[in-house]
Amino acid sequence: MAIKGKAYIAGAFEHPTRKAENKSVAALHAECAKGALEDAGLSFGDVDGYFCAGDAPGGVLSMVDYLGLNVRHLDGTDIGGSSYIAHVSHAAEAIAAGKCNVALITMAGRPRSEGRSGLKQKIVGANVPDTPFELPFGPTAVNEYAMATMRHMHEFGTTSEQLAWVKVAASHHAQHNPNAMLRDVVTVEDVLASPMIADPLHRLDCCVVSDGGGALVVVSPEIAKSLKRPLVRVMGSGEAPKGQAAGKTDLTYSGAIWSGPAAFAEAGLTPQDIKYASIYDSFTITVLMQLEDLGFCKKGEGGKFVADGNLISGVGKLPINTDGGGLNNNHPASRGGIVKVIEAVRQLRGEAHPNVQVKNCDIALAHGTGGGLSSRHGSATLILERV
Amino acid sequence: MATTYETRKMAVPEVHPEHKEYWEAAALGTLLIKQCDSCGEAHYYPRVLCPHCMSDNTKWNEAKGTGTIYTYSVMRKGTPYAIAFVELDEGLRMMTNIVDCDLDTIHIGQKVKVAFKQSGDQDNPGPFVPCFTPIKE
Ligand SMILES: [Zn+2]
Repeated sequence: MAIKGKAYIAGAFEHPTRKAENKSVAALHAECAKGALEDAGLSFGDVDGYFCAGDAPGGVLSMVDYLGLNVRHLDGTDIGGSSYIAHVSHAAEAIAAGKCNVALITMAGRPRSEGRSGLKQKIVGANVPDTPFELPFGPTAVNEYAMATMRHMHEFGTTSEQLAWVKVAASHHAQHNPNAMLRDVVTVEDVLASPMIADPLHRLDCCVVSDGGGALVVVSPEIAKSLKRPLVRVMGSGEAPKGQAAGKTDLTYSGAIWSGPAAFAEAGLTPQDIKYASIYDSFTITVLMQLEDLGFCKKGEGGKFVADGNLISGVGKLPINTDGGGLNNNHPASRGGIVKVIEAVRQLRGEAHPNVQVKNCDIALAHGTGGGLSSRHGSATLILERV
Repeated sequence: MATTYETRKMAVPEVHPEHKEYWEAAALGTLLIKQCDSCGEAHYYPRVLCPHCMSDNTKWNEAKGTGTIYTYSVMRKGTPYAIAFVELDEGLRMMTNIVDCDLDTIHIGQKVKVAFKQSGDQDNPGPFVPCFTPIKE
């Protein structure tokens, strides 16, 4: 059963905070849930399906209890920062199967207030099969993405200047977002002059560490049509894990090579149909590699594709992350997937900032890479259409 | 300018029951890899069941302990260290650290050999883990 046309995104909310010193993670989840339901014109009592991931304190059970929900469908799928993109797809599946009609997805966190960053070694539980063979070597978010960058440069001649253009585009968009954590426009030279964190990634190749969160409400077609909001229809989705293939790993591509084509096939669309794309930007390399893997350009040509402002709204061919993305706006709980969907919804509704709104934006894509690019990650692709 | 290798406190790996031989060999300076007698494929990290064919007919083999750097990154915040994937001569790529060298001279394609370093510290010494160091050419 395909999910094409079986569900709509009726509510979307991004928490405005970027530093939440006086609020718990659970409280942030609740505020996001309230915001998204109000955006949709629904209430907590209407929710009959609930979705959350690893950022949700206590997991699905604690959150459902905390939020006072009365639901008949639960999903705690966790594939890192791309979880929420997969949740939209899972919610559409559940709605299509008659398991729920109003699905609430929440995420929130406060890594900034808690002093966490992508430089710290990962915290992992006992009995995880891979960690004895990885943790001693100090994998962090930054050096994992850096290793994939280094190999990409080696095989395809990708340069630091090309990667910097991803950040330049993000900063051009973020200047128009009053909630963005970083709003100064930067140049390629600024990125290259920023301190090296893990070769070859500079500080400005890395996303922000921010508090915050977001929520989405996915509903059945009947309910969507009864509400007052613009209709944003789910057209197709794909998800794929990528690991190390038991020692045969290839770090030049991501799981998007599988999740992308699956989503396009289900939607009956191609990359040429996409007017706006939210592309996960934990690091500049993440964007460059995913654009190749999703088919926006050939493998190895991502460097050329992202250069010279091609990702800037109103300037280039493929406007991405018009909220400023994880690089400038927000990477709540170090998991940016939900914000990716939220900005895609804004674009499709025509509710993005006027200076970055894509004209006649009828088809959009949101894609995420959750986890470590060199060790294990989960890719999720979602294609949406304004009806 | 050079970035000299510095000893770093490495996280102590959890020793799972089926990896006892692996860590015992590591303490003696030998890198073991798993080989499947059903499908003939080697794999890393080691499993009880072959991840290629699900056979339980897997055995330990001594790796030559040499390979080439597939990719790497030198951490520039805090104590510098070089994380890497090394491709063993047996064809397997494994996460590791490049040690005992000027970290600024590390490059993709560089030939390396295994050099075990002890995880943990004096108060909590852990197993020796397989790092690699450049082979003088
Ligand atoms: Zn086998």
